[in-house]
Amino acid sequence: MSKSANRSDVWLKSGLLALALGFVLLCLLLPLALVFHQAFSKGLPAYLAALQEPAALSAIQLTLLAAVIAVPLNLMFGISASWAIARFDFRGKSLLIALIDLPFSVSPVIAGLIYVLVFGAQGWFGPWLNEHDIKIIFAIPGIVLATVFVTFPFVARELIPLMQAQGKDEEEAAILLGANGWQCFWHITLPGIRWGLLYGVLLCNARAMGEFGAVSVVSGHIRGYTNTLPLHAEILYNEYQFAASFAVASRLALLALVTLAARSLLQWFSHRDRAAPVPHEQYAHPASATPAGLDTAVNVDDRRSKTEASRRSLLSQAMAWLAAGVLDAAPRMDALPGAGSLPGVAESLAGSSNASTSRELHEHRSS
Amino acid sequence: MTSLFSRRSQRVLPGFGLCMGFTLLYLGLIVLMPLSAAFIKTAALSWQEFGAAVSSPRVLASLQLTFGASLLAAAINGLAGLLLAWVLVRYRFPGRQLLDALIDLPFALPTAVAGIALTTLYAPNGWLGEPLSRFDIKPAFHPSGIVLALIFIGLPFVVRTVQPVLEEFERELEEAAACLGATRLQIFWRVILPTLLPALLTGFAMAFARAVGEYGSVVFIAGNIPMKTEVTALLIITRLEQYDYSGATALAVVMLLISLVMLLGINLLQAWTDRRAGRAEVAR
Repeated sequence: MSKSANRSDVWLKSGLLALALGFVLLCLLLPLALVFHQAFSKGLPAYLAALQEPAALSAIQLTLLAAVIAVPLNLMFGISASWAIARFDFRGKSLLIALIDLPFSVSPVIAGLIYVLVFGAQGWFGPWLNEHDIKIIFAIPGIVLATVFVTFPFVARELIPLMQAQGKDEEEAAILLGANGWQCFWHITLPGIRWGLLYGVLLCNARAMGEFGAVSVVSGHIRGYTNTLPLHAEILYNEYQFAASFAVASRLALLALVTLAARSLLQWFSHRDRAAPVPHEQYAHPASATPAGLDTAVNVDDRRSKTEASRRSLLSQAMAWLAAGVLDAAPRMDALPGAGSLPGVAESLAGSSNASTSRELHEHRSS
Repeated sequence: MTSLFSRRSQRVLPGFGLCMGFTLLYLGLIVLMPLSAAFIKTAALSWQEFGAAVSSPRVLASLQLTFGASLLAAAINGLAGLLLAWVLVRYRFPGRQLLDALIDLPFALPTAVAGIALTTLYAPNGWLGEPLSRFDIKPAFHPSGIVLALIFIGLPFVVRTVQPVLEEFERELEEAAACLGATRLQIFWRVILPTLLPALLTGFAMAFARAVGEYGSVVFIAGNIPMKTEVTALLIITRLEQYDYSGATALAVVMLLISLVMLLGINLLQAWTDRRAGRAEVAR
């Protein structure tokens, strides 16, 4: 009986596996392979020539320029938005999160259109811009703006859930011990979010370089001036220069592959960080130390309490490290509001059952 | 007022004013101001003008095509995404991590590249178009080609929403059902699918929302024949190129309103998913 069940299991498994792999092969791998096949269909010299003609070079430059402006802007926005959202309570928070997500659900074409409505010749600022001889639409600033719009949520969206999951206990402890905001961010927040941050930047960059619809609306397709790489590929394709078009496209496909590889690498890094001892503390995350197969109901509870305990020890160690190494804690703490009843404040702030935390704080303070 | 003060005095971390100020300013300048331009521009139209702009036969045909193709593509994505998530979570096989990484390809690949690749693939002399044309199936320049492009674009959404839920799923429930004599089909329908349903619907809705506004991957394979293979996003661009700004904006506002409703729906679905997960946690 068990033998026949096993056999049908194997059949089911291999059937589903074959179906899934076949689907991926047809839908994902074949188009990807075709891009490279077509790119080299006229040989390597033609491939290189297509990438070295002046129009292609200026397209590459413009694509890089748009990404170099859009990515840091949205990185700054992502960090400040996630700091405000994940570290403070205020009214309308979920509305703000929904608004940040908004550019994802706006069609790229509409993203381009709204900038035409604002900055175009017939738009709000059109006459004024015309008077001062500033061109935004059908010029480079429009392309940058459209790119910023479509890549707007990427970093914030990666960081907000990550920072919410981390909680703010450790940062509050650092501040109470006298770290300034910048030290707190640099030493406490950033190490915890670095892989997520990089991943967000990576996605943001891939989208910024590959955006087509929105940029197409605002660019005006002026060859050698307002063509980004995707637009250049489109023009070549529409002119039936398929090999050249796919040569340009293959560059973008390569970018996509690099992005995917880097993503896997980042995932592996963040996994390793959680499994291996975190710098500064001898601390292993129990969740990844427990074999996945042992997750029985009892075990989960046990695991959770262990997590709690190690989190607390992490916290106290982080504070000891901070107090000992980085800062001269004692004088500045007295300047903090409510420093007189520090244990109580810390307890109420940390929110969780951090009795040991406040004791530690007290000890550090009195020493 | 006092509640505001007491709340403020509890804030230990610095930077709220600065971060919130920058966030709101940037959000307002980059997203809200331009978006409001579309609504304000449309508000200048009379109802008749607006109605004429959004209900001409060409517009209606494009809307029908866009939503029909998106719905079909999202449904196929739902099935394929569930299958892929299942295979990735439950089975161990060589190349699994490669497959896992590859799922995100449609996110990372520029849409224009996907568009020209799919068009060449399904063209009558293409790798897949040629064998298909023997059976008189011609996806290029046909609505079915649009569906194929939208399947490509939407695939990661379903996989990436279902995968984590499936990873958290407790095998004991399946084992218990099997011990109680349930068949495999019964286990799937009664135990697994209800747990996955919110995530599956969320992924479906995200893929659908993305497909409705899609432009780059569709524009090449569609052929853009008015009334037949012209999607709404393309119609907006056509109107813009004819300097029909108010017509384009009216259509954009309709699309924006639809995507706002869908965004609301997705958020509700996600809240449902989280609540499901939360309840499971309590039940433990």
